[in-house]
Amino acid sequence: MLRVLLLAFSVVAVAHAELCKPDAQNAFKVRLSIKAALGDNAYAWDANEEYLFKAMVAFAMRRYSSKSTTQISNVLLCNVTDRVSFWFVVTDSTKNVTTVPGSEVEAAIRMNRNRINSAFLLNDKTLQFLEISSTLSPPVESSTPVWLTVFGVVLCLTVAGIVFLIVSGIQRHKKKSKESSETENLEEKCEVTVTIENGIPCETLDSKAGHVNGVYAADDERFTSL
Amino acid sequence: MEKSRPLWDNPLQFVFACISYAVGLGNVWRFPYLCQMYGGGGFLIPYFIMLIVEGMPLLYLELAVGQRMRRGSIGAWKTISPYLCGVGVASVVVSFFLSMYYNVINAWAFWYLFHSFQDPLPWASCPPNSNRTSYEAECARTSPTQYFWYRRTLNIAPSLEASGGLQWEQALCLTLAWLMVYLCILRGTESTGKVVYVTASLPYCVLIIYLVRGLTLHGAVNGLIYMFTPKLEQLANPKAWISAATQIFFSLGLGFGSLIAFASYNKPSNNCERHAVVVSLINSATSIFASIVTFSIYGFKATFNYESCINKVILLLTNAFDLEEGSLTADTLGAVRARLAAAHPHQYAELLPQLKNCSLEAELDTAVQGTGLAFIVYSEAIKNMEVPQLYSVLYFTMLLMLGIGSMLGNTAAILTPLTDSKFIATHLPKEVISGLVCFINCIIGLTFTMEAGNYWFDIFNDYAATLSLLLIVLVETIAVCYIYGIRRFEKDLQTMIGHKPSWYWKIMWAFASPLLIISLFIFYITDYILTGTLQYQAWDATQGQLVMKDYPGYALAVIGLLVATSTMCIPLGALVTFISRRLKRENISTVA
Repeated sequence: MLRVLLLAFSVVAVAHAELCKPDAQNAFKVRLSIKAALGDNAYAWDANEEYLFKAMVAFAMRRYSSKSTTQISNVLLCNVTDRVSFWFVVTDSTKNVTTVPGSEVEAAIRMNRNRINSAFLLNDKTLQFLEISSTLSPPVESSTPVWLTVFGVVLCLTVAGIVFLIVSGIQRHKKKSKESSETENLEEKCEVTVTIENGIPCETLDSKAGHVNGVYAADDERFTSL
Repeated sequence: MEKSRPLWDNPLQFVFACISYAVGLGNVWRFPYLCQMYGGGGFLIPYFIMLIVEGMPLLYLELAVGQRMRRGSIGAWKTISPYLCGVGVASVVVSFFLSMYYNVINAWAFWYLFHSFQDPLPWASCPPNSNRTSYEAECARTSPTQYFWYRRTLNIAPSLEASGGLQWEQALCLTLAWLMVYLCILRGTESTGKVVYVTASLPYCVLIIYLVRGLTLHGAVNGLIYMFTPKLEQLANPKAWISAATQIFFSLGLGFGSLIAFASYNKPSNNCERHAVVVSLINSATSIFASIVTFSIYGFKATFNYESCINKVILLLTNAFDLEEGSLTADTLGAVRARLAAAHPHQYAELLPQLKNCSLEAELDTAVQGTGLAFIVYSEAIKNMEVPQLYSVLYFTMLLMLGIGSMLGNTAAILTPLTDSKFIATHLPKEVISGLVCFINCIIGLTFTMEAGNYWFDIFNDYAATLSLLLIVLVETIAVCYIYGIRRFEKDLQTMIGHKPSWYWKIMWAFASPLLIISLFIFYITDYILTGTLQYQAWDATQGQLVMKDYPGYALAVIGLLVATSTMCIPLGALVTFISRRLKRENISTVA
């Protein structure tokens, strides 16, 4: 009995070994860079982490095709190296000793990449599924590009400055021309301005008729009569 | 009686205007390159000798002429001798060509400045392609900074012939750049005098900040050691001396008429001798200061690239041989490689082509100049600093200030003769003349925003000003020394400044500088003849690098036209004056 069991076990093990080996059909290589991602907080890769990995892959397969009955035992890992890289393959429990097609596995992993990454505290670069390309995050685009906003602000300030300078220049020019026309009028007036001497207008002094000086006004009574 | 000439508010405005004009982009992106090419610290020897032999004397000459004649370049040279009005016209034509293409650099600086307000910076990483499976093909072949420059900024065509359409984003930035320049020159010296306080001092603030930041960067010391180790054997190379002479000559901006224009707004008693010495010394000191900053940035970038290269090799080996993470470091790399080569020879041999030999020297040796340095190398260094947005904004604002400062000088060189001319000044106010000049330049400058625009920019940059300026300054020096007479010039200087120029100035003006310019001229002509066909560097998107191509026929015609238009003005001016005088004499003789 024991021998039969042992034989069956070894057959399964051999079959599994054949299913999971480097470059096998539908097998994927995984590479983790835990030290690069976490530095001092890096955890060691041991059997427990492997168990978690198998669980995450099974979870991904279940989520991808909801009818799937993938168990943790369906996920086979092999060739674990010090790099922390290994190959894995997902077997199909319904069909005997076959692997789930690579395209399905790829699609499942792709769909749940974020969940798998966060389970291990890694990202797309540090938890690499070679052959499964990750979808790059789209560039952050706002409705109006940022540069247009800044451009608009600077443009408005510059145009405002130009308009201000031009308008003040025109006003200054108008004031100057008004002032210069006023000074011209004033000059014309000045030519006929009366020149004043000792407070008495010269014209009156110039008059031919002459003026009688009130001080020396003849006072007949003062002169002695002959 | 004519209107009194506008003046600078104080001599400091004049000095700042000259510094703002002379200290331009050439100090930042050409001098460090020359320093690196021609012997590091040793290049300073020919540089200072040329400064003393040609830089200071020629600068003093131009400032003195402007201050004495109190007119722009056309009027000033006409006063010296009526046959020399062509020299003034040639200066204006060269300034016109320069202002056409120079403002495009300000447009690019605006573009990068506006894009600096994002996190992450757009040139920090490659954008993903349309179905988001990997990065853009062109960006993957080259680096993100080069992709951003050649594709996103210039959208460059593969060659000069494929002119492509107008880039509306660049056209907008160019329009803004011209509006900014118009704002600064609108009121003449009144507005320019205040603007130059900012454009002259802000670059120094930014350079100091960058100096402090640059020196504290990891790996900056490598760059500085590399730069300052003098390679004195380069002094035997005549190209080093010629480059020093050319750099001094073009860095000070002689021959454009801008210095004459600025000096014409001085009070006649201004001490232009002292100012000439101060401006030329500050210009050279700024070049050296800027190259210290540039070399610490180079050192940082080279060290960063070197360490990335080493890390890539380590990652490649770790992945290929499934070694434990962290077991391979930069120190153990050599030993481990040897061990792996011995243990797994076949696999190692397959991997060998991908394993680059990383060398710090090779990274430092990549000397870059011009727009490549300013927009590619610096932005690459900035993206790796902390708080890159702040440094990016500071840097591109500095580039803008340097560029606008030089533009103020260029436009002054064009506008001063126009506003001096009675015919134009009576019909149009100053604001309208400046507006027209800016508008015409902007429209023509839109050619440089097309897809092949950068190739036309290179044509203008290399050929519009070089030969013509040498000829103009040569004629200027000979005119002042031999036609006007150096005794007469001495007396004028004595009236203005109060003392006669010493024998040093007179010897330089009369003999040393003209001889130097003639030898530079001969060198350039022989160089053009010997190189045969002229070539340019075109960006090849399929390879992700620059390739050399020949200029098509019409481009060569444009180059010839550029050089001819400005140089022919000098003899044509003399001829026209001669003919008009002859006609006048005949008229008088027929009338009498």
